[in-house]
Amino acid sequence: MSASSDVGRIARAHANWHWSEIVFWCLTLACGFLFPSRYLIMTDIVRLALFALSLDLILGYAGIVSLGHAAFFGIGAYSAGLLAVHGVITQPVLALIVAGLVAAVIGFLTSFLVIRGVDLTRLMVTLGIALLLEALSERFSNITGGTDGLQGIEMAPVLGAFQFDIFGRTGFFYALIVLFVLFLIARRIVHSPFGLSLRAIKNNPLRAAAIGVPVNRRLIGVYTLAAFYAGIAGALFTQTTQLASLDVFSFERSADLMLVLVIGGTGYLYGGLIGAVVFRMLQEFFSNITPEYWQFWIGLVLVVIVLVGRARLHRWVLFVPNWIIRQFGGQKATVAVSEGEAS
Amino acid sequence: MTLALETKGLGKQFGGLKVTRDLSLQVTQGARHALIGPNGAGKTTVINLLTGVLKPNAGRILLEGNDITNLTVHRRVLRGLSRTFQINQLYPDLTPIETIGLAVAERLGRGGDWWRVMGTRDDVNAEIAENLERFHLTDVRNEPTVTLAYGKQRLLEIAVAIASKPRVLLLDEPAAGVPESERHDILAAVASLPRDVTVLLIEHDMDLVFSFADRISVLVNGAVLVEGAPDEVARDARAKAVYLGEGADG
Repeated sequence: MSASSDVGRIARAHANWHWSEIVFWCLTLACGFLFPSRYLIMTDIVRLALFALSLDLILGYAGIVSLGHAAFFGIGAYSAGLLAVHGVITQPVLALIVAGLVAAVIGFLTSFLVIRGVDLTRLMVTLGIALLLEALSERFSNITGGTDGLQGIEMAPVLGAFQFDIFGRTGFFYALIVLFVLFLIARRIVHSPFGLSLRAIKNNPLRAAAIGVPVNRRLIGVYTLAAFYAGIAGALFTQTTQLASLDVFSFERSADLMLVLVIGGTGYLYGGLIGAVVFRMLQEFFSNITPEYWQFWIGLVLVVIVLVGRARLHRWVLFVPNWIIRQFGGQKATVAVSEGEAS
Repeated sequence: MTLALETKGLGKQFGGLKVTRDLSLQVTQGARHALIGPNGAGKTTVINLLTGVLKPNAGRILLEGNDITNLTVHRRVLRGLSRTFQINQLYPDLTPIETIGLAVAERLGRGGDWWRVMGTRDDVNAEIAENLERFHLTDVRNEPTVTLAYGKQRLLEIAVAIASKPRVLLLDEPAAGVPESERHDILAAVASLPRDVTVLLIEHDMDLVFSFADRISVLVNGAVLVEGAPDEVARDARAKAVYLGEGADG
């Protein structure tokens, strides 16, 4: 039946790769070769991007606000650290997955508390859970190393072949590959019926239920998934810095993550990635010119973003490149679309 | 006589205010049953009770003889009880394909599928195409809902409810706010709903009620005041007094 295959084609078209996405990833990879002296900060950006991608899954797609996402980051970080210190799993990739799964289990268990409330309740519950975990890891300092952090983390070579080096080259490419693979999975998920039902729930949960969507079950699912992603981001942190300390659970980490998504935008997967790059660059830039007052400038940028509106800023920034492209490619061609228009 | 939908002594109160009192409705299989009543009669509360948004304080709700009083909203939908909404509650940035696709995927148990891209299941696609065709939405199938004409949005509203293949459909003022020029399409769509689907129509518009319904219940102060065939209700003095007399504008 042709009407049916047309429908299939149109529905699938949303999941097609836009060429700007391919450019984005090529540029990202190119950075790894262009700036060999900057591996440490670039790895930091990749980790933050993965962490932000995780928050975007629940905030941008399912509408769950969280001020305690560092809880899962921290669990991933300590899991990876403990696995390495006690020599349980020294193979980084395997340890990464196990750490992610531990975070996912905690995510699943706490999701029942989170789905009950609305926005303000959720903020408080997520914040509370992160504070709880921070306090627990301080109390059980015999396991976690307390304020000194977890000492003596030694990582085996990645896949038995690539030793972590002091320049952070292996660490960077390892983190980048992990980010890319998890991005591909997330991209697939948000274009699935499951992903579509999340968007429906975010827009209008009552209506979603009236269509037959089991709202709570879907929210539990995506919250668990996001916890898995955040756990992996935390484990990457431990593995690439060979450090795990109490600040993995800190409120600042959760709050910074919100800022990353405010900068980059939510609900189109790239928001977290772009936001992470811009956020860290701004931080670098401002702390170079005013080491003591960089937070003032970051704050100012945020206020401007929120007041002017991100969509408008995107349009301004993309105005010139889009204008040039249109001269060559006709009216419909755009170099990139702002979040509202992206699928 | 099999009953498609039945309520037994349904009661709901908010604090001291009794909004639904001892409501016993019987909707027969395949019926075109209208529920009318003046503003504040409790029609919306009845819908919310039937669909599971509100839990009753007393009484039971039976769908084709099965007790659904304690089922959640989405489980009732999967059992075959769908509704349309009075004010558009559609998804502004989703297209008709996506909106109908949601309902079809959930009914076929594919809604939790997280590893397959939307549009790769032939059974889902075929049903989406069928519903688009039936409700004249094929030409706008890939447009965001917010850009559709109001009449098209009302059609999509009905299409989504039908996509769940309901046994009983609650139509909440399907023609409300639709401009005169687009009214005909809505009325035609309502009139051509499959006969095996039982319809409970909640409506203000007396023309629509009397042209469509084969049975009418008049709801006043949360209880059924009069029930009968349209001509009986039209003749009934009590119904005239409480409703038709003062509600003649609507």
